[in-house]
Amino acid sequence: MGIYLDNNATTRVDPAVVAEMMPFFTEHFGNPSSMHGYGAAVGGKIEWARGEVQKLIGAAFDTEIVFTSGGTESDSTAILSALKAYPKRREIVTSVVEHPAILSLCDFLESKEGYRIHRIPVDGKGNLDLERYEAALSENVAVVSIMWANNETGTIFPIELLAGMAKKVGALFHTDAVQAVGKLPMDLANSAIDMLSLSGHKLHAPKGIGALYVKRGVRFRPMLRGGHQERGRRAGTENAPAIVGLGKACELARESLPIERTQVAALRDRLETALVEAIPNCFVTGNPANRLPNTANIAFEFIEGEAILLLLNEEGIAASSGSACTSGSLEPSHVMRAMGVPYTAAHGATRFSLSRDTTAEEVDTVIRVMPGIIERLRKLSPYWTGQGAAAGFQPVYS
Amino acid sequence: MWNYSDKLKEHFFNPKNAGVLEEANAVGEVGSISCGDALRLMLQVEPETQVIQDARFQTFGCGSAIASSSALTEMIIGKTVEEALQVTNKDIADYLEGLPPEKMHCSVMGAEALRAAIANYRGEEWVDDHEEGELICKCFGVDAAMIERAVEVNALTSLEQVTNYTKAGASCKTCHEKIEDLLESLLAKQGKVPEPVAAKAPAAPALVGLGDIAPLAAPEAAKPATPAKKLSNVQRMQIVIAALEEMRPYLKQDGGDVELVDIDGKNIYVRLSGACSGCQMASVTIEGIQTKLVEKLGELVRVIPHTMMAAE
Repeated sequence: MGIYLDNNATTRVDPAVVAEMMPFFTEHFGNPSSMHGYGAAVGGKIEWARGEVQKLIGAAFDTEIVFTSGGTESDSTAILSALKAYPKRREIVTSVVEHPAILSLCDFLESKEGYRIHRIPVDGKGNLDLERYEAALSENVAVVSIMWANNETGTIFPIELLAGMAKKVGALFHTDAVQAVGKLPMDLANSAIDMLSLSGHKLHAPKGIGALYVKRGVRFRPMLRGGHQERGRRAGTENAPAIVGLGKACELARESLPIERTQVAALRDRLETALVEAIPNCFVTGNPANRLPNTANIAFEFIEGEAILLLLNEEGIAASSGSACTSGSLEPSHVMRAMGVPYTAAHGATRFSLSRDTTAEEVDTVIRVMPGIIERLRKLSPYWTGQGAAAGFQPVYS
Repeated sequence: MWNYSDKLKEHFFNPKNAGVLEEANAVGEVGSISCGDALRLMLQVEPETQVIQDARFQTFGCGSAIASSSALTEMIIGKTVEEALQVTNKDIADYLEGLPPEKMHCSVMGAEALRAAIANYRGEEWVDDHEEGELICKCFGVDAAMIERAVEVNALTSLEQVTNYTKAGASCKTCHEKIEDLLESLLAKQGKVPEPVAAKAPAAPALVGLGDIAPLAAPEAAKPATPAKKLSNVQRMQIVIAALEEMRPYLKQDGGDVELVDIDGKNIYVRLSGACSGCQMASVTIEGIQTKLVEKLGELVRVIPHTMMAAE
């Protein structure tokens, strides 16, 4: 077995989740909309799952949970619903470090639909510029969409504060909480948050299932119209096994929340401290004082992320890079650039994201092999002298 | 994980000829830290025979970039300078038993470094054609300026033609939408619309040497491009002010107004006032002003409300 430290990308489906799902493929296979016993059994379990999602995020009512195909669908539904519900408001507020599920949609709405998008910048640690945020809010804003925690650095935004500010101008507040759900305690019943997106595969449920929380009383316009499923808010036959899996995953996540904040955070800190001590010219990105307990994003200067990942993979270690070449794009991560991380380091930013399954032995293995990998690649780099940046290397189109 | 060939992986995990060549008499340095790829190629050329005796490299980049550099050195050691110049980026990709389409630029970088090094050996100044501007086609390193030039010089009107003339979009096709958007905006300036996709699109050219990628060769029948006259900052500002003055009467009719606040490169900051300030259609007004200024200046600029200016 390898060492899997890419849990912000996706998590291993918990065996208990799989066990809960299995009967809903072969035994309880009815359509929950059907008026016979086959359907009723499935329908009842879906409502159980809805209750589990409700409990994990602290929603007041289970009817506030709409099952979707995942985070991207939840995000799109939330924003498009708000725009349709408030057609006279033609502005959207978001941040520069959002997931592409938000950024790409906003780009489209701006260029093709004529909406005005306020993209709020962040500082060097990934904290939102609150003054710019406040300045962007007006009665022209239909919806604010700010992520709860950043997927690359783990930096947490002051989401309650942001939601409260949005409410003052009558804008709907949506948060993409895909990375935060299951890692941070939540109490939506007592918050100003109107909508929240979550994704199953980030918390040990399968891919292709997620949910959108819509606070009772919030105007809602469905993205998918058709049948009456999900109380008419998301048409389409329910993905029953996955919904059941998400329900079980939420139950397990609620039980393991304390582990995230103690055990997982301690292992993350151990990994991070050891790497930064052992390897010159590297630094932790994001806000170390306020971030997800499982995420360590370290920028290694003068080398490129994909090369790091390939060598880590040879050691049986899976991590992630915001760089570039991993995604087929030449640009380094938009999050690193937004934080002002210089190109020399942004390309070498490497993310280790742990889970409740991560062990101390696994972390120690990474601590052992990483210095050699970085040294090996730096020996190949024209920007590296042995102590730091090489002077005089100025390629033609730099 | 990319689907890399075994040969490529071998050259990445065990690169050949990596490091500094102290005896080098030819050095080519290409790439960009911002793009994530940079390469220093060092050659030792025997002056009498013109044979490349040794070659080494240092590469900042991904697995394909390191492997392409390693492969390149293996391919050219023992060749004369003239023979080495025949090595194309396709040869490098073939040597590695293929590169993913998105990684073809790594082989292009190798071919460029080789030409830069040989130019350095010969005492020539090597000028690359990598221009400023948004990189549109990452596979072949084609930016917006190159496409714009090709469209203007050759009166191109379709995506297929752009691909045939620049290679942009000939590989992974993920940039097709961007090319189409760019083409649409370029043609709009001429009052034209893009042509629909032809029933039988001409085949994209095969991947060939760097020479085909670099300078855009205009067909014989086409007139050479008239270089756009570069405006001074004062001229640009005057044009912007005049254009805004032209628009103000229309805004005033609706009880609003606009004034120029600042020009920072491509960003033009304006202040909407009166009925325009806080109007729900403000973004449409801003867009209209932008269209007007793009038309007047003949360059792409961005009009931004002054409230979005960076704090001092």
